[in-house]
Amino acid sequence: MTVGLGHYLTVAAILFVFGVFGIFLNRKNVIIILMSVELMLLAVNINLVAFSTFQGDMAGQVLAMFVLTVAAAEAAIGLAILVVYFRSRGSIAVEDINQMKG
Amino acid sequence: MNGELPNLLPALPELILAIGAMVLLMFGVFRGNSSFKQVSNLSILLLLVCAVVMIIEVGGDRQVTFNGMFVTDAFAVFAKTLVYLGSAVAILLSGRFLSEHGIAKFEYPLLVLFATLGMLIMVSANNLMSLYVGLELQSLSLYVLAAMNRDRLRSTEAGLKYFVLGALSSGMLLYGISLIYGFSGAMEFDVLATSLAGDEGPAIGVVVGLVFLLSGLAFKVSAVPFHMWTPDVYEGSPTPVTAFFAAAPKVAAMALLVRALINGFPGMLAEWQQIIIFISIASMLVGAFVALVQTNIKRLMAYSSIGHIGYALVGLAAGTQAGIEALLIYLAIYLTMTLGAFAAILSMRRSDGMVENIEDLAGLSTTNLPMAVAIAIFMFSLAGIPLLAGFFGKWFIFLAAVEAGLVPLAVIGFLSSVVACYYYLRIIKVMFFDESSGAFEGGHGQAVSFVVGTAAVLNSPISFLLISPLVGAAAWAAGSLLF
Repeated sequence: MTVGLGHYLTVAAILFVFGVFGIFLNRKNVIIILMSVELMLLAVNINLVAFSTFQGDMAGQVLAMFVLTVAAAEAAIGLAILVVYFRSRGSIAVEDINQMKG
Repeated sequence: MNGELPNLLPALPELILAIGAMVLLMFGVFRGNSSFKQVSNLSILLLLVCAVVMIIEVGGDRQVTFNGMFVTDAFAVFAKTLVYLGSAVAILLSGRFLSEHGIAKFEYPLLVLFATLGMLIMVSANNLMSLYVGLELQSLSLYVLAAMNRDRLRSTEAGLKYFVLGALSSGMLLYGISLIYGFSGAMEFDVLATSLAGDEGPAIGVVVGLVFLLSGLAFKVSAVPFHMWTPDVYEGSPTPVTAFFAAAPKVAAMALLVRALINGFPGMLAEWQQIIIFISIASMLVGAFVALVQTNIKRLMAYSSIGHIGYALVGLAAGTQAGIEALLIYLAIYLTMTLGAFAAILSMRRSDGMVENIEDLAGLSTTNLPMAVAIAIFMFSLAGIPLLAGFFGKWFIFLAAVEAGLVPLAVIGFLSSVVACYYYLRIIKVMFFDESSGAFEGGHGQAVSFVVGTAAVLNSPISFLLISPLVGAAAWAAGSLLF
């Protein structure tokens, strides 16, 4: 059996769904949300690189590089905000993020 | 892919802004936080210079550069003018507030500049790649701005919520981009439009990708199924930051949405029109009904902005040139109304700090009549009462919808604006007919008074004189979108 485009897309779709569920089902820790976001972006990268290879078009791989860079910046900013939040709240449990409601 | 330098002229204002912002960053780093005022003033100057360069040097002709990634045309000029205006006013409003709250850091104006740069790239994006990069540059700056007041729990919580939900929406947007790219083989809008124009209809993968792309963008404009972040972020962020969030990023994200759909997917009008109609109706209804029970004025403005995005989306749902024209008119008027309203909120100060409840406005007409009249003008205008600017915006939007055959959409829009009238009028009733709960302390600064005054004049019946040049400009801008 050869590994075709469909296999890559399936793996990427499964990873993406894991990422989305990780954000919504997790009640414990914001760090897990950050990891889930990373998972989503990496699933997208698999998609992009697979499409790019199978079409013989470089644009997808270029975008994958951009996504990697932006994901790094995004993680840095997310962790920074999380640190600031932890300083004033003393907890990073998801259920404690409840100062504003409605 | 050759070694030549791309034509830099169409992107000249963006280049000036990028380099200028980095120079100001160095200036701020070396001078420390005492340079807040200088950096703020220089930032406003920089924005004005870029706007002038854009209007004089770039102009409204369609020019494409950077291998088709960046486009500038009359539509871009119109939207960018609004973005420059919103950002400059956001910096102008912030000085006094930030100094008093001990967060007058030179990073604030710089983050606004970088967010503005992202917005300009969004408005000029002609490729899914530049769309993503522009959007992220804007969003990352906005996450930090929301958490600007880092010693205050609410502000950091706003930043955290905005970040988590924003990252989720970027992920969905990217997944959509990857599917569109994979199933159509192109990223550039023009190429996408031609490759999707075949008779056999778009591949199912492209349709799914478009849905993901739309949900990502709907988050950025805070349209309804993806609006959950808006009230919390608006309430928690420092008020000048909220004023910024409500104005410029909305215009930029809306312009991006319009360009992506009209230029990139004209052949799929039937597919995306249904989605836009749905999120437009849902936004109008949520904006009208949920706002009824709000007591915090910033939260109320958040729901109000959700509703207004719903009205603006009616113009996009029409999918015609008249619809886009109406959308641009609406955005321009919305910008003046919101900036004015938030400037007025910035004047709600008591000796123990800022107050944000609607009850705190009680009896404002006896203690500060000019401010009460100005707020009344904003509220009437937001509600769309005839003779004020907000009425013209709604009028053109509903006219375009009816002309495009979307009569039920226009009727729902009209009915929800009647419901929305209730909470705008309630604020006026509180100000003019309730027992005073103590005067506000003055000293909110000249900048705030200036913005309130100018916005009130622009929204008052004097707008009658300004509406025809605005319509002309919007028609010129909408005409350039390749119809």
